[in-house]
Amino acid sequence: MLRKTYENIDSIGRAILTIEAKDVHNKELAEVIYPDGKKAFAQVIALNGNKVTLQLFGGGFGVSTDCKIRFLGHPVQVGFSDDMLGRVYAGNGEPIDGGPQLTSDMTRVAGPSINPVKRLIPKNMIRTGVPMIDVFNTLVRSQKIPIFARAGEPYNRLLANVATQTDADVIIIGGVGLKYDEYHYFKERIEEAGSKSKTIMFIHTHRDSIVEGLMVPDLALAVGERFALQGKNVFVLLSDMTQWSDYLRQVANAQDQIPANQGYPGDLYSQLASRYEKAADIEDSGSLTILGVTTMDDVTHPVPDNTGYITEGQFFMKDGYLELFGSLSRLKQQVNDKTRDDHRGIMNAMARLLSEAEERVKAQKFGSVKDDYSLRLLDYRKTFQRELMDPFRYLELEEALDLCWDILANHFKKEEVGLASNLVEKYWPEKGKFKILKAEYL
Amino acid sequence: MGQAKGKVVSVNESLVGVENTEGSVMNGEVAYIIIDGGKRLKSEVIDVKPGKLVYLQVFEDTSWMRVGDVVEFTGLPLSVKLGPGILGTVTDGLQNPLYELAKEAWFLERGMVVDPLDTKTKWHFTPKVKKGDSVSGSSILGSVPEKLFTHKIFVPFSFQDEYTIYSIAEEGDYSVNDTIATIKDESGNTINLTMVFDWPVKQPMPFHQRSVPTETLPTGMRILDALFPIAYGGTACSPGPFGAGKTVLQHSIAKHSRADVVIIAACGERAGEAVEVFKDFPELIDPRTGKSLMDRTYIVGNTSSMPVAAREASVYMATAVGEYYRKQGLNVLILADSTSRWAQALRETSGRKEEIPGPEAFPMYISTLISAFYDRAGVEILPDGTKSSLSIIGTISPAGGNFDEPVTQATLLSTGAFLGLSRELSDARKYPAIDRIDSSSQYPSLITADEVMFLKNLLKEGKTISSNLLLMGERGITNEAYITYQKSELLDAVFLQQNSFHPIDGVTAPDRLRMMFDMIKHIIDSPVHIETKEDIRSHFNFLRQAFIDWNNLKLDDSNFENQKAKIVNLVKQKAHAKENV
Repeated sequence: MLRKTYENIDSIGRAILTIEAKDVHNKELAEVIYPDGKKAFAQVIALNGNKVTLQLFGGGFGVSTDCKIRFLGHPVQVGFSDDMLGRVYAGNGEPIDGGPQLTSDMTRVAGPSINPVKRLIPKNMIRTGVPMIDVFNTLVRSQKIPIFARAGEPYNRLLANVATQTDADVIIIGGVGLKYDEYHYFKERIEEAGSKSKTIMFIHTHRDSIVEGLMVPDLALAVGERFALQGKNVFVLLSDMTQWSDYLRQVANAQDQIPANQGYPGDLYSQLASRYEKAADIEDSGSLTILGVTTMDDVTHPVPDNTGYITEGQFFMKDGYLELFGSLSRLKQQVNDKTRDDHRGIMNAMARLLSEAEERVKAQKFGSVKDDYSLRLLDYRKTFQRELMDPFRYLELEEALDLCWDILANHFKKEEVGLASNLVEKYWPEKGKFKILKAEYL
Repeated sequence: MGQAKGKVVSVNESLVGVENTEGSVMNGEVAYIIIDGGKRLKSEVIDVKPGKLVYLQVFEDTSWMRVGDVVEFTGLPLSVKLGPGILGTVTDGLQNPLYELAKEAWFLERGMVVDPLDTKTKWHFTPKVKKGDSVSGSSILGSVPEKLFTHKIFVPFSFQDEYTIYSIAEEGDYSVNDTIATIKDESGNTINLTMVFDWPVKQPMPFHQRSVPTETLPTGMRILDALFPIAYGGTACSPGPFGAGKTVLQHSIAKHSRADVVIIAACGERAGEAVEVFKDFPELIDPRTGKSLMDRTYIVGNTSSMPVAAREASVYMATAVGEYYRKQGLNVLILADSTSRWAQALRETSGRKEEIPGPEAFPMYISTLISAFYDRAGVEILPDGTKSSLSIIGTISPAGGNFDEPVTQATLLSTGAFLGLSRELSDARKYPAIDRIDSSSQYPSLITADEVMFLKNLLKEGKTISSNLLLMGERGITNEAYITYQKSELLDAVFLQQNSFHPIDGVTAPDRLRMMFDMIKHIIDSPVHIETKEDIRSHFNFLRQAFIDWNNLKLDDSNFENQKAKIVNLVKQKAHAKENV
């Protein structure tokens, strides 16, 4: 179908363009045609009489008043096929690995949410081999959970590890605002792990326009959702959603929206939620699990704060360790009563003792910690950190649970740990008969 | 009425500007925008401007809308259909039943229309009036059994005049759309009535006679029932940072509270949480009725990825349904999770309308809306003398967990109980993580007011000693103070903390609460004669262990009394200095 082309561009901003046009649909995709014939995509984001506001995928730089706009008569779409496995695409959906374009079975992007009654209650544990996750904040199929960390922590390594160590059928990496070396790292890691043939990458790096960065999660999730509906268990990795939120803020600002907190638009929560909520375990079908990254300095910052209200917990990474406090898996209760009978009890006991120890750390600064019990708590804290908090130590869940008992028995008396008596009888190891804890630390 | 028309002139996400081309328009009425070859998108008039310009908030995604698309105004405000068949169902924020929608599509596609109430089910109607009786709005025509209750069929509440019964259906089975009565007004016009009528959701249902909340609504959660109780007809709010346990608290109350009907308004929150409720509840048996928990539950799910404009509708719809079941003579509890998401939806719309923003860009009128919402809770005395109630517990998700923000502040002014959730407590795994010192309630507790003071004083004292401990260490305080500290810690660990996921500890009935309180008071009141801090700590460790083991036993467990005796013995052993030597 021949679509009408418009030439009377009104205004050009950093990411926004306005033009007079008729019969245009809200959210319609358009092409910006440069005088030299080069093309870039844009999407309608608002209509007011004949004035059409478009978001420019390639940014506003270099767009001139003699560019033409052609409306394409369809919304933003992404191709979907098994041939996409192993491929790398940009935020505008174009391949960046030199391979052919996506043309088959175009699927809608940012579609409506799945009917909640088609969702299953998540009940399947995902074994990651990371003790802090498996024991303390168990990951569950279809969970949406980000890593909260400062920029520079090894969160992408953990993300790639978890995705490749589990039994996901399809891995989709949505990279937003990646440094080139981070992109390269993902690529190498996936190849090393032999997972390339089940992985699709949508990558936005710092040299690309922010609007393309904004598109990445939608493309990744739209494709992921299609695979999930085919019965596949899909892992979508989104790194980094703080930068994504920052792009959202820039675009909202360019549209003169009234800012809510720290310049972020008032709909930051809804915008993040409509992406994360794509995670689902679908009736008679597959599942979509989202592991994200939210870089942050302070958890009360609007991005981690809104994210925390949306996601089903978070893994808090600090100084290279996965922290117990600040981390949470909201779905763990769905699965950790079906693993081993001591799982819940020991998880709670270890946490309570660690929290007591943290208080002593504060008190230690006043020089007031001298009693034997407090000193043992402080020792316990050290052992806990060394043995359990390393995100790159691999242990099966059962080994990790045994290790917990070893640690408790090494530092405490039976009645000090607050565990139900039947569990203590069953699992308490005798001194010197530890299963996992190495002797050199005793 | 209903003839007004218009056409779209502007589209900005969920805010659509419309030129009113025909007929008159009412603020608050429902309109449909017809797009893309016939899909009808429901929307609501939220502003009427000069130049025949009308602003609509659209309850669905506005993609593919065009300038010039036709708008049909209905002349009617946003309403809910009230009648038998609401209990046990799950709907979206506009009363579309989700299970019915799921038969048509996997996804919540736009413009799908399904009857809010099942039109096929036959209800067994028993008339209560006869031909020639005079009736008026809210008179009872008869009743049908619905799940656990007798559902009264009313003359619509909005009917203002006196009417006479012209005909009434005989006892028998009818569907909600069958005419069950014909009434005549004073001028002789006849009106056919079914078992269902509409009520505008934003309009509070008038009380027959309003009373005040004075009776505790037991929730099965010890910290609430003992320290920060909720009342039949009362209001409460639970603000808290993410991860502090708001949702677990809500679910636990939904399961165990002694209300007749529980309405869960999942407003702008995770879909998964609503799913947990409506997939689990049908399987759970309510021990008090012997029936499925779902039989007393109604769920409104406008989750976070559903259209934002419908969040507000979902909260009001839940409330109108709650008021309706209060008119049925029942004690209703609404759990609104989360009112912040509703406020944020208002903020989004207000921003698009370019209203001058208030604090944190929330609209200026947010506090008025919040107080008016909680005011719809209350105790009602019905014409037949029955006392019924509607209680509302709203969660708040304050930005950054900081309670000093507009939504929390406005809510604190409008509610009778404040359950502040604390990250410090949840990090320490002290669930429910309700702040023991800062929370409050103006309602009566299941224990006496003096007993409440006794517990609160010990907790305060314990907190003071604990900060001294931090500064000066165990050696810096007296044994006496250390014992008081251990007692307050024990009170927290075995009485206030409760494992929601434990089948027995997860819910405490009022009689057991009394028994536990008496035991903990006995421990606190008993002297402890121990010489060293290490031995004091060890003593309380044993006590805690014994008490937790006791908490996990059923009342009729053969070991229950033994375990109780074990605790009493532990107390006795250390209560006398000399015998101990």
